[in-house]
Amino acid sequence: MARKRKKKQSIEKLKVKDKRKRVNGSRAGDVTIFIFLLLLGVFMVFPLYYSVVQSLKPVEELFVFPPKLYVLNPTGNNFSDMFKVAASSWQVPLSRYIFNSFFITIVICAANLFVCCCAAFVLAKCKFPGNKVINQIIVIALLFASNATWIMQFMVMAKLHMIDTYFALILPSISTSMGLYLMRQSMSTIHDSMVEAAKVDGAGLFRICWQIIVPNSKPALMTLIIFAFQGAWNIQGGVLTYSEELKTLPTVVQQITMAGLARQGVTFAASVVLLIPPLTVFLIAQGNVMETMANSGMKD
Amino acid sequence: MAKNSDVPAIKQGKWAYTWHMMKTNKACYFMLLPFMVFFIIFTVAPVVMSLPMGFTNFNMIQTPKWVGLSNFYTLFVNDDVFLIAIRNTLIFAIFTGPFSYILSFLIAWLINEMNPFLKTFFTFVFYAPSMTTSVYVTWQLILSGDSYGYLNAVLLDLGIFTEPAQWLTDTKYILAVVIIVQLWMSMGAGFLAIRAGFQNIDKSMYEAGAIEGIKNRWQELFKITIPSMGPQLLFAAVMQISASFTVGVVGQSLVGLPSTDYAAHTIMNHATDYGNIRYEMGYSSAICFVLFAAMLLANKGVNWLLGKYLD
Repeated sequence: MARKRKKKQSIEKLKVKDKRKRVNGSRAGDVTIFIFLLLLGVFMVFPLYYSVVQSLKPVEELFVFPPKLYVLNPTGNNFSDMFKVAASSWQVPLSRYIFNSFFITIVICAANLFVCCCAAFVLAKCKFPGNKVINQIIVIALLFASNATWIMQFMVMAKLHMIDTYFALILPSISTSMGLYLMRQSMSTIHDSMVEAAKVDGAGLFRICWQIIVPNSKPALMTLIIFAFQGAWNIQGGVLTYSEELKTLPTVVQQITMAGLARQGVTFAASVVLLIPPLTVFLIAQGNVMETMANSGMKD
Repeated sequence: MAKNSDVPAIKQGKWAYTWHMMKTNKACYFMLLPFMVFFIIFTVAPVVMSLPMGFTNFNMIQTPKWVGLSNFYTLFVNDDVFLIAIRNTLIFAIFTGPFSYILSFLIAWLINEMNPFLKTFFTFVFYAPSMTTSVYVTWQLILSGDSYGYLNAVLLDLGIFTEPAQWLTDTKYILAVVIIVQLWMSMGAGFLAIRAGFQNIDKSMYEAGAIEGIKNRWQELFKITIPSMGPQLLFAAVMQISASFTVGVVGQSLVGLPSTDYAAHTIMNHATDYGNIRYEMGYSSAICFVLFAAMLLANKGVNWLLGKYLD
């Protein structure tokens, strides 16, 4: 007992001494790390920064040599040009593509989160026949990369009469082995005693999953949202949809930017526009990754 | 406990016991059901259907013709380009595999040492390249082969080079250039998962550690952080393996397919070449089959290594 009290006191002392809540690590170390990350970060973010700058440049500045790393007279012309090109090229208004993209992205994200969390919880926390086999299959599916599967996928969808419908865009992306594996790995770090306590209290599996386990895997959940959104947002119909009304924004942007360097400003504007929604989701989700104390109250 | 009446089933052997366990855990299967339905239809079925294609001759128009192992024989004995592809894939795999894995972890760890605002900021900075899909244009501008390519312009200005280097077509540079761009893009899924893993660690462990005599960040890292992040590290490893063995898309859009003298030709490029350009689907499937086997082996190896370290 006496030792325990002593421990507690020393923890409090530590907390008072170090207001940044860090137990180990010096200020100097923090600064060194910051500078190191900043230097590496510049290299990482440069091409991205440069595309934003290029997208804002008027034509006179775009082809100046040597190129400038900043804009003198920022203009929105590239962006309005992009919309003009899109509007004049096809019968379907641009808003339809935007709607398509948002529609399938939101549906896929919601469905993906739901099925992955349910399945991951069961695979991580319940023992039942087949559990191990399914886990193995998921890992194998993660590793399987083939150029030939798309033909078979096409044939499956043709059999189900889903070609050229929203279903062809949405359904294949709902069950992702990556999402399941990510959630499963994170959920497996949560204490079993939490599940047992809930079971004793009479909660069903579904409730345990959504009220206890999922909220406690918030960092992984937020990461999954980022992956799901990004994956869904970048879906290009390809051979699965051919009607103009069903095409997504990335498909159209790709068509616009086919011209390559000649339409440089528009190309960069398009890549910036395409980046905004996933970027917003990323920032919100990352900001939301609170420091959850997954196992608090489970000291043993 | 309510199912006690079924227990005698246990005595009737393994199958009866399994059946009994399945009945007791019905709810588990219901939870799995929605995932499995879509997973089986859109992932498992196409994969299983495409596996036998490696043993056939299939050009997408005529019905596949069974040719046994001849695709594999050609691949290893008569296809010189495939051997180049294996070599290149291994080089890529070393750089974008272990190297980038450790780099992801280190950077995720360093970011975790910052305050909350900087955490979000740096996570964004390092993850940003993986979010963009069309930044190749920027790299093309930087690496363009004439004296207007930005890198060339800088090097010429500084007098390091006397004439512009053909970064994207000269076999001396191609491999290195693609590796750098690949590394630049490699802070992807694994990196984010590791970042999330750090958030999940119980902070009181560090306090306890400080009392037990852990003095600096390094000890904290090896004694507390890594051992409690096993599952996330395994996830990142799988993602890294599948990413590093299937490299090809970056090179394809940067230096073209095929690249000069196949200098950056990977197994995946080889499969794309036969599958999506020449429509020899059988041969392409055989290539993917070999790649898949290699990845499974690598995964077994990494699991064994990590498992040994984490326990």
